[in-house]
Amino acid sequence: MSTIEISDLHKSFGKLEVLRGIDLSVEPGEVVCVIGPSGSGKSTLLRCVNLLEEPTSGSIRVAGVEVTDPDCDIDAVRRGIGMVFQQFNLFGHLTVRENVTIAQRRVLKRSRAEAGRIAAENLDRVGLAEKADSYPAQLSGGQQQRVAIARALAMDPQLMLFDEPTSALDPELVGEVLAVMRGLAAEGMTMLVVTHEMAFAREVASRVVFMDDGVIVEQGPPAEVFGSPTEERTREFLHRVLEPARVSESEIGAHLSE
Amino acid sequence: MKLTPRRRRRIIRVAGYVVFGLAILAVVAAADWGSLSEAFFRRDIAQGMFPEAITVALRNTIVYTLLAFAFGLTVGLVLALMRLSSILPYRWFATAYIELFRGLPSLLVLFMVGYGVPLAFPDREIPGGVYGSVTIGLGLTAAAYMAETLRAGIQAVPKGQLEAARTLGMSHTRAMVSIVLPQAFRIVIPPLTNEIILLTKDTSLVYVLGVTSSTIELTKFAGDTLNTRVNPTPLVVAGLLYLVITLPLSQVVRALERRAGRER
Repeated sequence: MSTIEISDLHKSFGKLEVLRGIDLSVEPGEVVCVIGPSGSGKSTLLRCVNLLEEPTSGSIRVAGVEVTDPDCDIDAVRRGIGMVFQQFNLFGHLTVRENVTIAQRRVLKRSRAEAGRIAAENLDRVGLAEKADSYPAQLSGGQQQRVAIARALAMDPQLMLFDEPTSALDPELVGEVLAVMRGLAAEGMTMLVVTHEMAFAREVASRVVFMDDGVIVEQGPPAEVFGSPTEERTREFLHRVLEPARVSESEIGAHLSE
Repeated sequence: MKLTPRRRRRIIRVAGYVVFGLAILAVVAAADWGSLSEAFFRRDIAQGMFPEAITVALRNTIVYTLLAFAFGLTVGLVLALMRLSSILPYRWFATAYIELFRGLPSLLVLFMVGYGVPLAFPDREIPGGVYGSVTIGLGLTAAAYMAETLRAGIQAVPKGQLEAARTLGMSHTRAMVSIVLPQAFRIVIPPLTNEIILLTKDTSLVYVLGVTSSTIELTKFAGDTLNTRVNPTPLVVAGLLYLVITLPLSQVVRALERRAGRER
């Protein structure tokens, strides 16, 4: 059974159709990286998986459960799906330890001792065991994002969603977050990652999905998508992202040297 | 000699101080301090007001304030949540309530509670007597103001906080209680403290409900003493006792705002 199975997914915001018929499945243990230009619908696709956005039509199954079914207990499904946001979204009024324990205690009803032990394990996993008593505002962006990952992992998810997890970080802090994510992938976690980090996608992904304008343009193993893309739109996007200094004036319609 | 810009600014500033100081001096000198202190600062009359001024009047002022604040905060929170609800009739009700009670004078609402509630429910009394009437009478108005303050506080908590909580499997209610509201309250502590100060002063209106010697508060107490002694000294005593409550609260607001400023 696929971990995620999306078929003919459409999503509109008012008149704007952001997703125009998406079919995608993610198998257990797969790391799928979604790339594409801003506004292509990548984040919306990710947010539909745990119903942070309500799809306009189509179906999404997570571990066999139809989340688009109105009778679906979405809170129960979400317990099994960890999510990491671009803006971290740590709870500012709670310490790092409380951030990692609150859902364990309130949702999974674990005892204080057990939740604390699991929090300590997961903070250790992301290398922040000694920050348990700090408040989020006292941490760097990279540390906050690692806490956010630990918070999601503490719920024992079978699937992790990452929504541009490094886009809000200073460049020198990106590496520490990617290192944690690479470790997770190596442990066999099923991951759906929206990212602009092409090097990460190329190295860690089992499959790369290129989206543009609300549709999946092309997908395949990273070596194929990056090495020999079949679609013109993919080639142009990769050229602009991977070699930004070599985008020529004529490509963008500028006439500076005339 | 030509003035440098700096010298000129300095002269203008000093001239401003002098004019300001002279204006105050002129007002002070013009007043008849002899008869003023004769009337307003009669030591014997002031002393005669104690200890009741503190044990009864000040105490009741504080009790009325706290009761109305607790009632207003509770009802205000419910109204704020109704205003943010996705259910249209709730939003309508909350908006209508807030617009109504923000637009009416506290005195009028107190009168209406004092006269209207016994007529509406003739077989039962408001629990707590005058204390109950005051709680409702002042609390209804306070709730309208606090609802708006709380709504602003809830909306100031970033949307991502609720999303992160829901993503962890919390229900909407659980996420509000554990994640959003605690952060919203932190944001609104300074404006809520202002509401307490306003409420403290509004307790001066409760005399319209007909208070007795045991339920009297500061303003009515001062007014009664003024009538029996035919001297306005009690007003000064009452004023000072109000400041005993409100000045520390103002300090609290300032300290909280400084702290909030540092955290940003």
